[in-house]
Amino acid sequence: MMQKLLSTEKLSIGCVAPPGGSVENKTGAWRSMRPVFKQAECIGCRACELACPEGCVFGDAKKKQFDFDPDYCKGCGICATECPVDDIDMVMEEK
Amino acid sequence: MGEKQILEGAMAVAHAVARCRPEVVAAYPITPQTHISEELSQIVADGELEAEFVKVESEFGAASVVLGASAAGARAYTATSSQGLLLMSEVLWNIAGMRLPVVLACANRSISAPLSIWCDHQDAEAIRDCGIIQLYAEDTQEACDMHVIAFKVAEDRRVLLPAMVNLDGFLLTHVFEPTELPDQALCDKFLGRYEAVMKLDPADPATFGAFTEPDKCMEGRWMVHDACLRSLPVIEEVSDAFEKAFGRPSGGLLEGYRSDDAETILIAKGSLCGTIKDVVDEMRDAGHKVGLVRIKCYRPWPTEAVRSALAGAKRIAVVERGGSFGAGGIVTPEVKETLFDAGLRIPVSGFCVQLGGREVPPDGIREIIERVEKGEKQKAYEYFRLKKELLPDLVPEV
Repeated sequence: MMQKLLSTEKLSIGCVAPPGGSVENKTGAWRSMRPVFKQAECIGCRACELACPEGCVFGDAKKKQFDFDPDYCKGCGICATECPVDDIDMVMEEK
Repeated sequence: MGEKQILEGAMAVAHAVARCRPEVVAAYPITPQTHISEELSQIVADGELEAEFVKVESEFGAASVVLGASAAGARAYTATSSQGLLLMSEVLWNIAGMRLPVVLACANRSISAPLSIWCDHQDAEAIRDCGIIQLYAEDTQEACDMHVIAFKVAEDRRVLLPAMVNLDGFLLTHVFEPTELPDQALCDKFLGRYEAVMKLDPADPATFGAFTEPDKCMEGRWMVHDACLRSLPVIEEVSDAFEKAFGRPSGGLLEGYRSDDAETILIAKGSLCGTIKDVVDEMRDAGHKVGLVRIKCYRPWPTEAVRSALAGAKRIAVVERGGSFGAGGIVTPEVKETLFDAGLRIPVSGFCVQLGGREVPPDGIREIIERVEKGEKQKAYEYFRLKKELLPDLVPEV
């Protein structure tokens, strides 16, 4: 009954939305800085992955390769600050 | 018709609310509201009302509980005052935005600082813009009956907004007056059961108060404004139906008291109107063409009703229990806008007569009427009978 009342085209009374809407909202558009994972000195400690407040850093510790999800990364730079071997640079996001 | 009993205002309200059969009540004690929630918790504990009474840690918690309960499809109620209402305010905007028909009472009380437990209207006026319907009672009977009306209007599918019944702290909450409680069978018939259009349900999930991007948010907010405006005829319709069912004219948008042929009209809301009516009667006997327009529904602002009630006046005085510091009155500019937009250039004077429970005796009302009758030109919103002798030097010398 709820799903019938909710449409993606129009707002509903009270702006009730179908579940899962937060995933569709690509909040990475707010970013002014972006991380660059150099993948040169990485020791696979996962500090970047664990410190990311958005949970959008992912990778493989064994292969010592990490990267970020540009759809949701806000460019906060915590990954770069926490990296013990300085393997992540923050650069200006330019479009 | 039922029987009148001598009841304390707050307790009468609690019993009237119980007869509306809320399914969830959450409240936190604050003077002068406490007797409402205290009595309701007793009614629930005695098994006279089948409801969940949720004890909370604060008014923020109380408002959050009734938000959740209402979103889950329950008829929900809370009551508060002053600082409690302000602590609720963030949640109240959400309740209005999510279009949840929560009903609450505000036992109107001054806001700190300085600390005062006594009556003025600044607490309710501070949240006037959030999309909650605001009704103001003149006596305990109206305070009871307006709750029944509030539930009916709030839950109407053309409205779906929260509604707040205002009753003056102490002046109505703690006074003992002959009051007829709304009859249970009539209440049941009048209100029926609340059936939510959309509700939180784990089997059929949805997000309430969802995130909107700038391309949609304004429309979401405008819908609250639009629903408020569309509730005006519903309030009138429900008030008429209430009068037919219960035999009392407790609802409505405003009351004109000897205002039809009045040259001088006072505007006020709440229990102060009782005093004003007495002064109007006395001055009518002495030949003054004076009347009162009492605002019963303050939000939504009944523009057309106010305009037609005032159109024949030669001068108007707004008698307020609040003020917008650094600007002027709160109700006064709304009256001016209502007239100005219709090209009516009737002089309007604004007076803050009471903050923090200051008494305004009949001679104060008489003085205001006589001053505006003389055509006194008001330069600014006036804090009436301000005790200048109490004021320190404006710039303290250290």
